[in-house]
Amino acid sequence: MISTATLLAIVLAPLAGAILAGLLGRKIGRTGAHSVTILGVGIACILSIRVLYQLVWGGAPAYNQDIYTWFQIGGIGANVGFLVDRLSAMMMVVVTFVSLMVHVYTVGYMADDDGYQRFFSYIALFTFFMLMLVMSNNFLQLFFGWEGVGLVSYLLIGFWFKKPSASYAGMKAFIVNRVGDLGFVLGIAAALHFLGSLDYSTAFAHAPSLTGQTVEVIGGHPWSAATLICILLFIGAMGKSAQVPLHVWLPDSMEGPTPISALIHAATMVTAGVFMVARMSPLFELSGTALSVVMVTGATGAFFLGLIGITQFDIKRVIAYSTLSQLGYMMAALGASAYAAGIFHLMTHAFFKALLFLGAGSVIMAMHHEQDMRHMGGLRRYMPITYATMWIGSLALCGIPPFAGFYSKDAIIEAVGASHVWGAGYAYWCVLLGVFVTATYTFRMMHLTFHGAPRFRVDPHAGHGHDGHAEPGVLTHAPHETPWVVTVPLVLLAIPSLAIGYFAARPLLYGGFFGSAISVLPAHDVLAGMAAEFHGPLALAVHSVATTPFWLAIAGIALTSYIYLLKPTLAGTISKALGPLYRIVDHKFYFDELYTALFARGSVALGKALWKGADAGAIDGLVVNGSASLVGRIARRARTLQSGYLYHYAFAMIVGLILLLAGFVLVPHA
Amino acid sequence: MTHWPFLSLLIWVPIAGAVPVLLAGDRRPQLARWLALLAALLTLAVNLAMLSGFDYHSATMQFVESKPWIPMLHVHYALGVDGIAMALILLTTITTVLVIIGAWQAINSRVHQYMAAMLVLSGFMTGVFAATDALLFYVFFEAQLIPMFLIIGVWGGPRRVYAALKFFLYTFLGSIFMLLGLIYLYLKSGTFDMAAWQALPLGMNAQTWLFFAFLLAFAVKIPMVPVHTWLPDAHVEAPTGGSVVLAAVMLKIGAYGLIRFALPVTPDAAQHYAWLVVALSLIAVIYIGYVALVQEDMKKLVAYSSIAHMGFVTLGLFIVFMLIRAHDGDAAQLGLQGAMVQMISHGFVSGALFTSIGVMYDRLHTRLIKDYGGLARVMPWFAVFMVFFAMANTGLPGTSGFVGEFMVILASFAASPWLALLAAFTLVIGAGYTLWLVKRVVWGTPASSKVEAMPDINAREALVLAAFAAFTLLIGIWPEPLVKLLDPAVNQLVQTLGHSKL
Amino acid sequence: MISLAHFIVLGAVLFCIAVAGIFINRKNVIVLLMAIELMLLAVNTNFIAFSRFFGDVSGQVFVFFILTVAAAESAIGLAILTLLFRNRRTINVAEFDDLRG
Repeated sequence: MISTATLLAIVLAPLAGAILAGLLGRKIGRTGAHSVTILGVGIACILSIRVLYQLVWGGAPAYNQDIYTWFQIGGIGANVGFLVDRLSAMMMVVVTFVSLMVHVYTVGYMADDDGYQRFFSYIALFTFFMLMLVMSNNFLQLFFGWEGVGLVSYLLIGFWFKKPSASYAGMKAFIVNRVGDLGFVLGIAAALHFLGSLDYSTAFAHAPSLTGQTVEVIGGHPWSAATLICILLFIGAMGKSAQVPLHVWLPDSMEGPTPISALIHAATMVTAGVFMVARMSPLFELSGTALSVVMVTGATGAFFLGLIGITQFDIKRVIAYSTLSQLGYMMAALGASAYAAGIFHLMTHAFFKALLFLGAGSVIMAMHHEQDMRHMGGLRRYMPITYATMWIGSLALCGIPPFAGFYSKDAIIEAVGASHVWGAGYAYWCVLLGVFVTATYTFRMMHLTFHGAPRFRVDPHAGHGHDGHAEPGVLTHAPHETPWVVTVPLVLLAIPSLAIGYFAARPLLYGGFFGSAISVLPAHDVLAGMAAEFHGPLALAVHSVATTPFWLAIAGIALTSYIYLLKPTLAGTISKALGPLYRIVDHKFYFDELYTALFARGSVALGKALWKGADAGAIDGLVVNGSASLVGRIARRARTLQSGYLYHYAFAMIVGLILLLAGFVLVPHA
Repeated sequence: MTHWPFLSLLIWVPIAGAVPVLLAGDRRPQLARWLALLAALLTLAVNLAMLSGFDYHSATMQFVESKPWIPMLHVHYALGVDGIAMALILLTTITTVLVIIGAWQAINSRVHQYMAAMLVLSGFMTGVFAATDALLFYVFFEAQLIPMFLIIGVWGGPRRVYAALKFFLYTFLGSIFMLLGLIYLYLKSGTFDMAAWQALPLGMNAQTWLFFAFLLAFAVKIPMVPVHTWLPDAHVEAPTGGSVVLAAVMLKIGAYGLIRFALPVTPDAAQHYAWLVVALSLIAVIYIGYVALVQEDMKKLVAYSSIAHMGFVTLGLFIVFMLIRAHDGDAAQLGLQGAMVQMISHGFVSGALFTSIGVMYDRLHTRLIKDYGGLARVMPWFAVFMVFFAMANTGLPGTSGFVGEFMVILASFAASPWLALLAAFTLVIGAGYTLWLVKRVVWGTPASSKVEAMPDINAREALVLAAFAAFTLLIGIWPEPLVKLLDPAVNQLVQTLGHSKL
Repeated sequence: MISLAHFIVLGAVLFCIAVAGIFINRKNVIVLLMAIELMLLAVNTNFIAFSRFFGDVSGQVFVFFILTVAAAESAIGLAILTLLFRNRRTINVAEFDDLRG
């Protein structure tokens, strides 16, 4: 049995750490701050593993209880409570494990930063919100965690708030996410309206009643209620999981310190959308339209956003676009009703992408906060541990067997191929070509960073200060391997990146691991069909050598190796040859430019127009001050009657008196 | 229920307390401050004592008092509270204490008069919420204009006279129509008892006229678009305490008036014209959101954001009629509850935001956004509060700002998805203007050496902000106590609104 | 025999003289004050006449009041006038138009 106290401890331990580090940061000092938060997250991690163990091997039933009543109005109740089944337990382990690794890593990465305690407070707080999100048993608490992680993401992206670009990126992330949340809130409202409850179990129990229910969104065109709910909820997922066209915030979020890029913008928060869709599988299964939307959106991102990664030179941005692409894969899997495959990829991706980000952070540390790959090269000699772990992460990302990414990505490609929802054909091509793109940007990054000749210069007299370098590419001392607090998490993350796919593929994909947490209609169940052809992870790895995705990945690796290792000038030639095509991709398909012009500047212009025109002009100027000045104008006329001469007034009085008397005398009395 | 005349105490303790404060005179400001704080704390204590005797399950008026006041017109000095009034009175007494502590050093001239005005204002506002006699309500409604007029006009900024006059005339214009309505209802019913009016049968024609009279009176006060332009001016010119009380409590009087008069007395007209108010509310949410986005003065920005948030209150109040028509009683209650919770929440959040702006203004004597920047480094503790309240203003779950908006959006969806979409637009635009403000004020680098020299908040300021934060957080993570307090009264109101008077 | 009409005519004549005094006089505030006194006298005459002919003494009592008030009023009026002259160095009615709108 899972006890309420355990679950409360899992949630509250990181929160307590965050509060202590945040409010008493100065008193307890740096060591105190990282100790309490690591302790808090560590407790959460160990207990989460225990909970997962109890669920999977201990035979404990899923936990679903309310903790307290948030509000109860009439028949509408909202509670705070936990639903811990295998899906959420797995997420809890992933979240707390990656978070713990990132906490330890941060001790090294942020060692010189003024905001040390603040940073630990934020990431522990993030862990709290993320756990609230995945452990929730109702829509309300889901939204609480959902927005909470958004808040911490905002704070962390803008962590170096003195940099205008950082605070701008934070704001952009929050507002773009809010666009998604707009849909999400409406989705929750729709779920409450049609299903009558905010509680998952009650709502899902009523889900079958949705079939046949329609709602007229646009006059005369009835929509299925399930489609409406799912698409609205998915809009929320598009914001949080950075799907096209709400992906624009994620690359900019790289303004934040690297540990949070690994934790929030790769491993956990951005996958919340994937988790949410999987959690809502009983609803999504009812709407083929919604599944199509999910798949097409995901697949589009998987291919096109991956392309952008090939043109970037900032090491973190390459990984960021890679994240966008991988999130697209996960969504495509969900659209194919292969929820287990999506969650599987979520898990493997969490490990290897956190590894890649932390590795990139390690490189950035060694390069004295230089992120431009044009000034790197040949780092393999200076930092062997980082180099080796990055290789593991890269191979996992490219889906080379038997690394973790291979099993999850292969399952997704197959599932999408087997799916029959509308748009599956297009999606299949996207995810397939995405493999080539993935391999290309990954190994372009690896070659530019670690291989070839160094493109930086070591000059002990250049620059000053701990992160000051007079000109890019000039270091004050040679790069060296980072301290153990950085490399240990890398190694610890490399292990699952290497092996978890092999061990988890069978139970997660075909073993019914998630049980009732995920429900798939038999008609959509592509994984069941694939199970028949699955003969163990080893056989799959061996067999993969004869499949297209494998050779596409090898082609990508080979191409980049040729270009960047043998003919370094070729890269420039190709980008010139491709001309306009390259420019479009290099400008990220002009999404940013469009949004800035349309929404940012457009809103400000509209606001100015409304303020000056309507508010200050029409209402205040014309009506309010207008009526005041009208009174003034009338009074100006009328006051000329007041001559100020006594005899005028006396005359008026007499005349008035005479008129009154005359009236009195002349008008006959009734 | 014959015990202490608690409600009279709530009204008259602060007003009586103003006398010794005034007597303390200009020479002894410290004495005046302490006396004022004492009176405010005493009032709060009385209020808290009342809470323990309050019946949470009853929708009837409690702590009732009634004495003939003007027998010739059958006017009574009649007081009583239900959950709705109780919540708003609590908001008033708490805000008063915080405002008095907040003005400790911010007000330096005529301290005794300022404190006395605040106390008198507090008493009158409580009177508005406690009155069950319409004429008494009207008297308090008008009376509270006077101290506020003085607070803006005497301790305000450079254009204080313009702002004070605008504030006074705007409200007064509206209340004339209310008075006409009250007289009509008196002539029709022979009583000023508000409860009796709720049962008074009225024809559609009469209801329509009355509804618009009340709507105009209270729309100005809330304020609703398009009669909102006094609010930004009043806020900009008012001293910090004035702004806080104005935003936290006075705006609620408008919505409270709608709940007590326009809704139950003229339910059929309200039903018929609900679309109009809903449309105006949505305009307030979106149009005012855009206007807030481009403000250069922090107080104006928060003032416009207040209008947008009050739009949610009126939306919640009138969406109820659409839901009653659709026989969705639960959603109707949700909408009404949402409106009430939004009011209380907005009281704390906007009060806190104005206090925060006051803290900055006390140091730099400017409210222009461009004069600030980088406060996170200069005033780290202040930045924590500022970001917290900004987040509450954007309706982040876990803060009170979320609860009301969430309820209203849920209720609106039951009425129409499109309404909910327009209402939920506040999620985006609200985040836009609030975070842009935060970006320019809190993040970045200090705009000048003067900003660099700004000291962080002192213990007194921290106390006020922490108190606001505590309430914001409490309602945010556990709204049930507040909801419970409101529930019987809200439930009964929904029942009343469901019955046609025709 | 002097009838009531005689007194009333006298009152009316006095009143008209006073009114004319106010209108025609544009030079001197003192004359204005005198004209006002004259007006009051006209009213007093009427009061006494009616009192006598109706045999009701209260009219005459009223006259006492009016006389007292008139005395007080002219005293105050003269005081104001003195102040006015001290400040303005003139008592020309045409120059006193401070209340002009």
